[in-house]
Amino acid sequence: MNDKRNKGLFQAALVRAALWQSVVKLNPVQLFRNPVMFTVEIGTFIMLVVTILSMRDDANPGLMGTPGYNFTIFLLLLLTVLFANFAEAFAEARGKAQADSLRKTRKDTPAKLLSGNTITQVSSSSLRKGDRFVCEAGDTIPMDGEILEGLASVDESAITGESAPVIREAGGDKSSVTGGTKVLSDRIVVEVTAQPGESFLDKMIALVEGASRQKTPNEIALTILLAGFTIVFVIVCVALKPFADYAQTPISIAAYVSLFVCLIPTTIGGLLSAIGIAGMDRALRANVVTKSGKAVETAGDLDTLLLDKTGTITIGNRKATNFYAAEDISRDELIKFSVLASLADETPEGKSIVELASPELVKGLSIQGATLIKFTAETRTSGVNMPNGTRIRKGAQDTIRKLVEQAGNHFSEKTAAEIKHISANGGTPLAVAVDEKVVGVIELQDIIKPGIQERFQRLRQMGVKTVMVTGDNPLTAKYIAEKAGVDDFIAEAKPEDKMNYIRNEQAQGKLVAMMGDGTNDAPALAQADVGVAMNSGTQAAKEAGNMVDLDNDPTKLIEVVEIGKQLLMTRGTLTTFSIANDVAKYFAIVPALFISSIPALQALNIMQLASPESAILSAVIFNAVVIPALIPLALKGVAYKPIGASALLRRNLLVYGLGGIVVPFIGIKLIDMIVSMFL
Amino acid sequence: MNTELLGVLAIFLLSVLLAIPLGRYVARVYLGTPTLLDPVMGPLEKLLFQISRIDAHRDMDWKEQLKAMLSINLIWFLITMAVLMNMSWLPLKPDGNPSMSADLAFNTAISFVVNCNLQHYSGESGLSYLGQLMLMFLQFVSAAIGMAAAVIVFNSLRDQQSTGLGNFWNYFTKSITRILLPVSVLGAIIFTFQGMPVTLEGKDTMVSLQGDTVQVSRGPVAPFVAIKHLGTNGGGFFGANSAHPLENINYLTNELQLLLQFLIPLAMVFAMGYFVKKRKFALMIFGVMTLGFLILVIPNIYTEMQGNPAISQMGIDQSLGAMEGKEVRNGAASSGYWSILTTVISTGSVNAMHDSTMPLSGMNELLAMMVNGFFGGCGVGILNIYIYIIIAVFISGLMVGRTPEFMGKKVEAREVKIAMLTALLSPLLIMGGTALAAWMVVNNPDLPWLNNPSFHGFSEMLYEMTSANANNGSGFEGLGDNNPFWNISTGIVLLFGRFIPIIGPVAIAGLLAGKKFIPESAGTLKTDTLTFGAMIFSVIVILTALSYFPALTLGPLAEYFTM
Repeated sequence: MNDKRNKGLFQAALVRAALWQSVVKLNPVQLFRNPVMFTVEIGTFIMLVVTILSMRDDANPGLMGTPGYNFTIFLLLLLTVLFANFAEAFAEARGKAQADSLRKTRKDTPAKLLSGNTITQVSSSSLRKGDRFVCEAGDTIPMDGEILEGLASVDESAITGESAPVIREAGGDKSSVTGGTKVLSDRIVVEVTAQPGESFLDKMIALVEGASRQKTPNEIALTILLAGFTIVFVIVCVALKPFADYAQTPISIAAYVSLFVCLIPTTIGGLLSAIGIAGMDRALRANVVTKSGKAVETAGDLDTLLLDKTGTITIGNRKATNFYAAEDISRDELIKFSVLASLADETPEGKSIVELASPELVKGLSIQGATLIKFTAETRTSGVNMPNGTRIRKGAQDTIRKLVEQAGNHFSEKTAAEIKHISANGGTPLAVAVDEKVVGVIELQDIIKPGIQERFQRLRQMGVKTVMVTGDNPLTAKYIAEKAGVDDFIAEAKPEDKMNYIRNEQAQGKLVAMMGDGTNDAPALAQADVGVAMNSGTQAAKEAGNMVDLDNDPTKLIEVVEIGKQLLMTRGTLTTFSIANDVAKYFAIVPALFISSIPALQALNIMQLASPESAILSAVIFNAVVIPALIPLALKGVAYKPIGASALLRRNLLVYGLGGIVVPFIGIKLIDMIVSMFL
Repeated sequence: MNTELLGVLAIFLLSVLLAIPLGRYVARVYLGTPTLLDPVMGPLEKLLFQISRIDAHRDMDWKEQLKAMLSINLIWFLITMAVLMNMSWLPLKPDGNPSMSADLAFNTAISFVVNCNLQHYSGESGLSYLGQLMLMFLQFVSAAIGMAAAVIVFNSLRDQQSTGLGNFWNYFTKSITRILLPVSVLGAIIFTFQGMPVTLEGKDTMVSLQGDTVQVSRGPVAPFVAIKHLGTNGGGFFGANSAHPLENINYLTNELQLLLQFLIPLAMVFAMGYFVKKRKFALMIFGVMTLGFLILVIPNIYTEMQGNPAISQMGIDQSLGAMEGKEVRNGAASSGYWSILTTVISTGSVNAMHDSTMPLSGMNELLAMMVNGFFGGCGVGILNIYIYIIIAVFISGLMVGRTPEFMGKKVEAREVKIAMLTALLSPLLIMGGTALAAWMVVNNPDLPWLNNPSFHGFSEMLYEMTSANANNGSGFEGLGDNNPFWNISTGIVLLFGRFIPIIGPVAIAGLLAGKKFIPESAGTLKTDTLTFGAMIFSVIVILTALSYFPALTLGPLAEYFTM
């Protein structure tokens, strides 16, 4: 997956597909959705008519102009519309290609349909929602579904790019399987959860293709703003006719249309839908499937993120971090006992104890011939009985204390103090006893993911509050929260706590996002403004959320926020750029219109453009080529830097506002130098 | 430094210094906290509310506010129209002036109801004293309506969610009793002492130095002039407005008139800061407005003081500045200052002929009215800038990657739609109106409208429409405007130019007020910063430039470059 992401922006196949689509999109019925470009198309049509009429002998030369010039303007306007269409089509093609590459994995594969107790071999495409199928080791899973029976290790690298197999089993929060992934071991029975063509990916592809793409609220508001600007320029251009008559200046229709098209915000108008599609596409590239464009947009506005502690903030399990020996024993001896008690312990905690001990100490140790004492719910301890009869136990401190005190031994004061200290520092104490005497305590700590503090810092700068959700007691939770740098935490969290927290925040007007995978997360996922379900999660969770993360990576929320912000910023900056461009275009065209009758207006021709004709042509050419020139920016998005809103505004105003004023002056002048050679 | 300039600087600083405490007082009046005038005006207001059966404490939503505001305007329009058309037989007509024609009465009544005071007549011959008093009264009403509308919008800026935006009747009444009336009484007293007439007697006769016997019009001038400026109305008692010796006696009255017209537009900005407890925001708005004002006024003072190069070439001394159309007692600097002050805010009173100002000065006067939000009219200036703010908020919100919000309220499609429609109106009326006039001139070369051909004539028409749309009321003059075309077209422009820019902001304010309040976070774009001020300023400049550049090119710019 990663290699695909890094290929160049313009792939030949995509460009070809987009080129054809940009012609198809000339259809006025389709173009009507984009008022700015629709008006340009009308202008193009007018110029076509004018070109034909100007060929007649009785044409009024002042109004109609020359056929050659008219035809050039017509071509340039057509090109403007085509460029805008291309931007949209290309964004669509890229999104589609991205989605297709995910979908390709699930082309027809044989499926073992289970009806009653009989298994029949069918094609995956004939599976319907509710059908059950069986997958055994080596099978490719034919359809998205939920495991009803069994447990299997599954290779999901086709979707996530992650090569390590994952365990999927019935009943839990990891019961979903995705079509196209491969079962490596065991056997599962799966129920199909979506009709063919209705899976999340299918929905996403439909969104990208425009079939079901609806304008987001923000897009609508921006379209209104752009329509407003367009109307201003309709007024200006219409009023210019009597003005020119008053000034006894004949202005050709070509000049009117050119002025109008140059002034209306074609740049942002042409790129607007491409920007929206690119937002969804960027999400998909981050392996997040969005169910609507609005969700991406909302993500940019998030105020609060609810994050599960385990897996997001801390690395899955606790790890041993220290050994504290009791009074009458050396630390090395404690370590030896601890290692002996853990050598046979396959839990992550047990393994981490062995890892923590220095290799020299571990080298000679062996538990050959010893009796292993497994952890049970009754004893709540585990350990070994050595061949020489030494009984080593490790376990929760209260259990060990009971064990020690029942044997009539005194519980070490020093160890008791260490235990308190460890708890206060957010750790979990694991006491060790040898022959019912306390020898010390092992400190287990949650390991905070490296780099996570910086990410939270970044979020804080964006104005996003992070909340850690954990089942730990408040003391431990507080410690980890502080260490990781989250702003708030919910300790001893029950599913309804998340829900209540979300509602509370929303009541204060905040937008909340959460990530979840379990069925009991579903209500909260639905309640959250942005609910990201993990692809491995239950069907209910995936239905409830408005995004699905194919990587099952809980830190993905952070990326989603940035993608949302980028989307809005790209719209804002290109709008500014587009409108700022008009200043230069005015200085190019307005003097050109009137210079013949009011020669003094040459003073306004500050770019020193060669002639009125070349000035108008240059402005129109600039107006057209700026669209494809900005396609890469529209697709990649404007870089988001969490430097605070005001600083960001200053930066973008400078780059896109001031730049938007300056660039066209240079661009138009350069084009004019070239154009004037041909006129 | 030149004393002329010093005078201008002093009056500007004095205006700002006085406006700060006045702003605090204004905020207290609208908040209902105790003020000095409570014992005098309290009972009077109570009585007025009792008579008219108004519950002045009831919170009204934005639709109720607009209904109240529009109905009061309609009633006063009808009454005024009736008076103006029947002056010839109604009392108080010592000079025996005639009634107005229907189209002139329509234009005049609208003009005074909407705080524009475009005058297609001369007070000396066109009005009886009853007519004058009627119009003087309207100058209070129209100013108070603008102020009340601004306070309604202030209410939406507070950190809360509520549909109630205060009570229109309360704000309206108190604007008159607590602010406009006391200050204008004070002004009128000073004017009277300076020699401005206050009488209901008819024309007087005097013998001039040449020995001619001259009939001199007079009337209740001083109180009229006080509210004319305080309420940024600008309608003159006499045709020559504040260039008339009895309407502007000396340098002191000239300066006082400058002060009075600037006071409330300035004070309303500060009042906003005190009222919604966002003083930094108010200061930022003040900064934006002042910057715009200075950018317009400094070149005007400079150009007018430089004199007219065309006249210089004829060998005539221009050391006093371009004195054509100016009064020597006011001087070039003060007249240049006045020309922008009166157009930046919507007064429209003049102490010199704008027609005679230099081309670029004329352009600045036009620009001032096109923006109409660098301070702007009594209360309505803030409403105009509010529209620019909404557009700036929307674009800059996007630029920082957050769906736009203003004062904790999300700005969405509906608000943008209203803001855009309101912003569209000015170009539509100004460009459309001027285009219509230009079309008429082109197709009827015999029309006796334009006293100047070519670019200057174009500027005259552009100015008239701009002035009407901005509810300014000043005239470039030189335009034959007392005829059905100009009376009716500018009348319509006045109506739309007044009410849409009030309805729009009040509607947006109402919609925003009802939305959920979102507390500020680090990702929120602060709207009280220098950066956002620069953003608002850019939006104003770009919108204005894009809408009017072609018109300005054909008018003042073409005239300037051909000079």
